[in-house]
Amino acid sequence: MKWGVIVFPGSNCDHDCYWVLKHSFNQEVEYIWHKETNLAGYDCLILPGGFSYGDYLRTGAIARFSRVMLEVEKFANRGGIILGICNGFQILLEAGFLPGAMLRNKNLNFICKYVTIRVENEQPPFTNLTSKGRILNMPIAHMDGNYYADKATLEELNRNNQVIFRYSTKDGRCPVDANPNGSLDNIAGICNREGNILGMMPHPERCIEKQLGSEDGRVIFESIMASV
Amino acid sequence: MPEITPEVIKSHGLSMEEYERICQVLKRSPNHTELGIYSVMWSEHCSYKSSRAILKLFPTQAPWILLGPGENAGIIDIGDNLAVVMKIESHNHPSAVEPYQGAATGVGGIIRDIFTMGARPIALLDSLRFGELDDPQSRYLLNGVVAGIAGYGNCIGIPTVAGEIYFESCYKGNPLVNAMCVGLIDHDKIIKGIASGVGNPIIYVGSATGRDGLHGVTFASRELTEESYEDRPAVQVGDPFMEKLLVEACLELEKTGCIVGMQDMGGAGLTCSTCEMAARGNSGMELDLALVPRRAQGMLPYEVMLSESQERMLICVKAGTEDIARKIFEKWDLHAVVIGEVTVDGMLRVKDKGEIVAEIPAKSLADDAPVYQRPQQKPAYLETVHYLPDLPLPQDYNNVLLKLIASPSIGLKEKVYEQYDHMVQTNTQLLPGKGDAAILGIKGTQKAIAVTTDGNGRYCYLDPYLGGMIAVAEAARNVVCVGARPLAITNCLNFGNPEKPGVMWQFQKAVEGMSYACKIFQTPVTGGNVSFYNETEDMAIYPTPIVGMLGIIEGQRVEGMGFKDEGDMIVLLGETKEELGGSEYLKLIHGKVSGKPPQIDLDWEKKIQATCLEAIAQGIIKSAHDCSEGGLAVALAECCIVGEMGAEITFDSIFIEPHYLLFSESQSRIILTLEKKDLEKLEEIASFHKVTFSIIGRVKEGSLQINDWIDLRPSFLESHWKSWL
Repeated sequence: MKWGVIVFPGSNCDHDCYWVLKHSFNQEVEYIWHKETNLAGYDCLILPGGFSYGDYLRTGAIARFSRVMLEVEKFANRGGIILGICNGFQILLEAGFLPGAMLRNKNLNFICKYVTIRVENEQPPFTNLTSKGRILNMPIAHMDGNYYADKATLEELNRNNQVIFRYSTKDGRCPVDANPNGSLDNIAGICNREGNILGMMPHPERCIEKQLGSEDGRVIFESIMASV
Repeated sequence: MPEITPEVIKSHGLSMEEYERICQVLKRSPNHTELGIYSVMWSEHCSYKSSRAILKLFPTQAPWILLGPGENAGIIDIGDNLAVVMKIESHNHPSAVEPYQGAATGVGGIIRDIFTMGARPIALLDSLRFGELDDPQSRYLLNGVVAGIAGYGNCIGIPTVAGEIYFESCYKGNPLVNAMCVGLIDHDKIIKGIASGVGNPIIYVGSATGRDGLHGVTFASRELTEESYEDRPAVQVGDPFMEKLLVEACLELEKTGCIVGMQDMGGAGLTCSTCEMAARGNSGMELDLALVPRRAQGMLPYEVMLSESQERMLICVKAGTEDIARKIFEKWDLHAVVIGEVTVDGMLRVKDKGEIVAEIPAKSLADDAPVYQRPQQKPAYLETVHYLPDLPLPQDYNNVLLKLIASPSIGLKEKVYEQYDHMVQTNTQLLPGKGDAAILGIKGTQKAIAVTTDGNGRYCYLDPYLGGMIAVAEAARNVVCVGARPLAITNCLNFGNPEKPGVMWQFQKAVEGMSYACKIFQTPVTGGNVSFYNETEDMAIYPTPIVGMLGIIEGQRVEGMGFKDEGDMIVLLGETKEELGGSEYLKLIHGKVSGKPPQIDLDWEKKIQATCLEAIAQGIIKSAHDCSEGGLAVALAECCIVGEMGAEITFDSIFIEPHYLLFSESQSRIILTLEKKDLEKLEEIASFHKVTFSIIGRVKEGSLQINDWIDLRPSFLESHWKSWL
């Protein structure tokens, strides 16, 4: 399969995603410049983390207007698989591909640390090699990861099993103090109704080998590979 | 143009002697623009005029040093055609008046020094000093500085992996913000800051030039006063997004082979980059200021030349390759223009709309600043400060340990480093708080590097020579504790006003101590920065040299300080002496900053480090942690907390009082754990190196117990360790 990592000005996890796909998983992968007008031939797109356009405005608010996003939309409508990580998730929200919005972290600070998340739905292509309730150890690194949606949207997300990850304790409970950023209902990642677009705040590309603290990110990429 | 009067000369921070010298060089009086240009290049900050002679004491050469001091950063060979580029620099004064932007632009500036060499920046470190936290201003400065470092480093995508923070009242009005950047480069890709080849174009790229940061270097070259806050416009505003684009575009341009030389516009802006590049290339340079992109209207040549607007680069490319460069910069939406060219006559010739506004020999600016042998005198306080009365023994050692571990200088800096993205680029193999140095893997190889910053101002205050030696020794010990062989250092020397003989004496002694230690450890100095005038009306800071150390890991390593498994033997390499002078215990419990700092025998230290390194190389060491501030008790507590294990420590034959045993900051000590079966191997290694060690206990579940003095659970210790902020 062929992967594309979209590079917005200010993306800074693009190299990390590329490295993991190319060297850890021996995948065919290319960078896609934000002005690109043709996305033929790709099976999965990654919108990587970073600070697109410096994020001086709302996170992702400018990147969503990049030329490439028109093509990303067509790609999504064709059923292509899209993974937005951190800033990528924020861009997907701004672009309206996923419902809800990001607020500043509850403590108003940037937070970089390992957290544990619980898999809530193993149906989508991003989690099909895991099982519901599995706990993953992954780092977060963001200023604006406090997910918010109105009540109706949240009900719909829950009804359709669109919540894919929740911040949890190591033994799989989701109390408030397992929530690092104040996110609604401990939400760490959601997908669209069709299940082909995932946005997540934790960084699976940062935990691919033991020496980096965890290998739990592998299963996300492996699941995608297994489903294409 | 304003007339040149003695007042104008003085307001530029130049002495009358210096002015005379300028007239001699030019064989005429300088005009106002030229005076401004000289004033920034001959400022203490740019010219090192008070320190240059003494800095020659530093050893700078070794077979693995590819580039020593004099360029934008030093370069160290790590094998496989790879090299590490590193440098540390201060941004103290700007951070004192505007902490967020001061710290942010300090980070931005040091990053530019690294990628201007053609290297990809892979890590940041920060060494910070503030006043005591019960002072609200110090708390404000801490929060602002940390937010500024986070704001810049996180956005640009370079992990902040290590550093230290200490609190002492002497830093109250004058915090220290020293930022270090580490980059990675192939040997054949190194770019220098030179301009050569007559007719080669000079390209300006990045942010437009504004009036921000005018005279920033002059501002950094005098003491801080109440009026300094009115100098806030001398502090620049950082734009990490712009710099991210510059990093990517410049590294892309580097691949094309078009670049002759490159330098960032940092302190002294366009003036410094143009004259230094020309001087290094034995060339001249002609500029047309009318071509320089501007963000303010009606700027005078004086202002354009002296502006310290951030995120600007100056690049000399091969003639005929301008279009290649232009295309790359256009791709990254960067504004790039040719503003001049290399000339043959060695002159920096600045034009504005065809008219010459400044014409100065480039070398006279870059290389020929006056060098001062400032008078030195041993400060009077040193006659009395070494006295230490008999100290009463504490009633409750548990209580003392809890106080120590909860003190801001010793406490875990989790709430700080969690604000820094320390994992981006996916090389960080030992996370902050887990070990004595950060470990960064080098992708595509089995190697890793270890980096740390260190410096104890209190020791240097009590004995600058000893303190200088200890700064280097401890930094080396830190990288050794994760399994790395020390290779080289960069340093940032933070001192008071060099025009005061006492300060100059401290400076000389500290540099002598550091130089001696660098020779012993074979870790040459690859460059760095001197920051003088760290004084407020009330006081000068402690003399505070900061060492940034690089080490290389080629085989086995240690996964940090945390105790691993029940039953592991706990060994103390080295010896504990009756040394409480300058200790955290003395300050916190007895309220004194006095006594003699711990002694150090560098040959002995080297043997201790060699023993540790070899034991790690043989794969028998499960954890390693050096004993530093707070002594053995604090070090053991940290091993327990990080490893989530307890320990049973027993001292049988006690020759010194328990508070020495527990809280002395004796140097050359490392706590190791290993399996019992490997003790014999450790004995062999230690006897080969002729060092002593003692088995002091075992790792076990439950609490940390030391004789009948200490009995505390790791989780309880941890809650205190994290409680300081």
